Amino acid sequence: MALFDLRDETVRYDGKAVLKGVSLKIERGEKVALVGRSGAGKSTLLTLLHSQHPEKAALVPHDGGLVKTLSVFHNIYMGRLEANPTWYNLVNLAWPMRREIEAIQPIVADLGLADKLMQPAGELSGGQQQRTAVARALYHDGEVLLGDEPVSAVDEHQARAVLDTIAAAHDTMVLAMHDVDLALAYCGRIVGIQDGRIVFDEPAADLTRQDLAPLYIGEA
Amino acid sequence: MLVRRSATVNASFGFVGIALFCLIFADLEVTTLDPWTELGRMAWGFATPDFLAVDQLADALLQTVAFAVLGVAAGSVFGFVLAPVFQHFGPVRWVCAFIRAIHELFWALIFIQMFGPSPLAGILAIAIPYTGICAKVYAEILEEADLRALKTLPPGAGRISTFFYAKLPDVWVHLKDYTFYRLECGLRSSAVLGFVGLPTLGFYLESFFKQGHYSEVSALLILFFVLIATIRLWMRPRIAWVYVAASPFAIAAGAGTTTFEWVNVQRFFTEDIVPAPLRNAEILDPGAWLNFGDWTWALLSHQALPGIVATILLTQIALVGTGILALAFFPMISDRFFGRAGRTVGHVFLVIARSTPEYVLAYIFLQLWGPSMLPAIVALSLHNGAIIGHLIGRHVNELERRPDAPKGVNLYAYEVVPRVYGQFLAFLFYRWEVIMRETAILGILGIHTLGFHIDSAIADIRIDRAMLLIVITALLNIAIDICSRNLRRRLRLRSTPDAA
Repeated sequence: MALFDLRDETVRYDGKAVLKGVSLKIERGEKVALVGRSGAGKSTLLTLLHSQHPEKAALVPHDGGLVKTLSVFHNIYMGRLEANPTWYNLVNLAWPMRREIEAIQPIVADLGLADKLMQPAGELSGGQQQRTAVARALYHDGEVLLGDEPVSAVDEHQARAVLDTIAAAHDTMVLAMHDVDLALAYCGRIVGIQDGRIVFDEPAADLTRQDLAPLYIGEA
Repeated sequence: MLVRRSATVNASFGFVGIALFCLIFADLEVTTLDPWTELGRMAWGFATPDFLAVDQLADALLQTVAFAVLGVAAGSVFGFVLAPVFQHFGPVRWVCAFIRAIHELFWALIFIQMFGPSPLAGILAIAIPYTGICAKVYAEILEEADLRALKTLPPGAGRISTFFYAKLPDVWVHLKDYTFYRLECGLRSSAVLGFVGLPTLGFYLESFFKQGHYSEVSALLILFFVLIATIRLWMRPRIAWVYVAASPFAIAAGAGTTTFEWVNVQRFFTEDIVPAPLRNAEILDPGAWLNFGDWTWALLSHQALPGIVATILLTQIALVGTGILALAFFPMISDRFFGRAGRTVGHVFLVIARSTPEYVLAYIFLQLWGPSMLPAIVALSLHNGAIIGHLIGRHVNELERRPDAPKGVNLYAYEVVPRVYGQFLAFLFYRWEVIMRETAILGILGIHTLGFHIDSAIADIRIDRAMLLIVITALLNIAIDICSRNLRRRLRLRSTPDAA
């Protein structure tokens, strides 16, 4: 059975259809890139996937979804709030536990955030905040990672490092991506979206940059 | 061609008209024989503060702080606990609306009946209404929290963990700021409790006044202003617990302890507040119920009704007075109207006017002019006008400015007032309920509002009458609150500048 199975899904916001009759199956172990212009419906599609398996999926939303006044450590720890009893979470909020800091350290080291661990997330740069959101999803350790432009705010070099880390931790991932080269490099399957419809769904091996170019025509 | 007037302008004219109508019936007589000599003596005393009575001054401030800290701490903790369920649970909302509609001084009068003029009475008198206020405002602040983090949380994270990790941190600063503001209000409340027998600032102020020691009054008030102005220096969230822990000792050393006698509490509920005709009567005795009907009718027609009329008259006049003074005051602290020196004077004046509780101002003016509505109107308008003037003035400084803008009166009338008028009305209507609460309480000073009848009933040890009148006062407050909310909604008034 497929992990995700959407059949003829239509989603409206304020009466305007953002997704129009979308059907999509994703199996375990697939790495899928959703490509298309901004506003094409990628984020909505990801939210829909997340709602199918909230317990299995770790989500990196487009805006990061960080609590800006809390430290990087606490934001990442939030990925696993369900794993500990409430009293423990509250104590850890006031006095971060050494155990938890040690558990989180390898992840922040991979993502280049080690020296920011105790800083409020709101004080970090956009790229650092984005990596914090990725770290939270990694710490959640779900079977699937759903990322909405998870590397849009970091430079090419760092983007590759972050995607390496994500790919190493998750067999299954679905990433909404703007950057065509990265999509082709990290995902085995490319789903093109235009105006709320899936316009193609091909193995990455069969595609080149030029094949994807028409999706972005007219975009500044 | 006629310019069509906006709804806000129409509403303003309506309120001014009502206030003028009320003035016809208001008693504004100056009854003191020689107010000017007394004013001269008072002014001289205020100009020559005397800090020599160190013991009394220190004690007055210490007790005021201790009562405020404990009352506000309890009120904010209970308010915080109630806030998350406030929006979802009707009864919590109603109870909170009711307990905050009753003024601290009325609560104090009630608790003094139960516990005597003891520390517990004072702390509860602050804690209970503040619980109602904090629950409401904390709930509103929590509503504003950014919820984007919520959707990334793993399922099963638990309600409490979710609240503390994903919701609370986002609004923590606002909660903290508001609690600081509450502490400032708490200091004023605590000071005023001295007028009904608790050992706080009001108690010392009244005794200095009675002896004509105006220089000591001046010293006490100056210290109180400094205490309020420096609140952020001596109180820090991290050391708040030290104050909470030390306050009981300070109170015990000064005011003694509460002798809690269960009998008194029991008597209060089973006898004192039971309407006299029903006390010791058979529950099915029709005669007792007939008497109760007469009792209620007499109370409503002879005390409640005149009290309500006087309270509404005074409130409406003071509301318009507040508005006029606020519009006159705000340029004093704005850099578009005054230079640095002028603004400093303006700031000092506004700090003094808004830090002095209305009750204290009314008390001072009453010494000058005798008991009529005049001292109350001046006190309420001055205090509330200074509060709104301060808020508007700060907002005016942040307004966009164009280089070719007019100056002086033209700037005031054409640029500034039209732009801040909506916000000004919003603040004014927010204060409407506060002004009414205070109006009722000023009755204790001898002005014939509801507080006068409540205070006399208590002086006659007719607690049953006092309780009914207090409930009526609370309902009147709630009614004004509803009026204010509807009016704000209809005129689309918001106090935040960025809101449309």
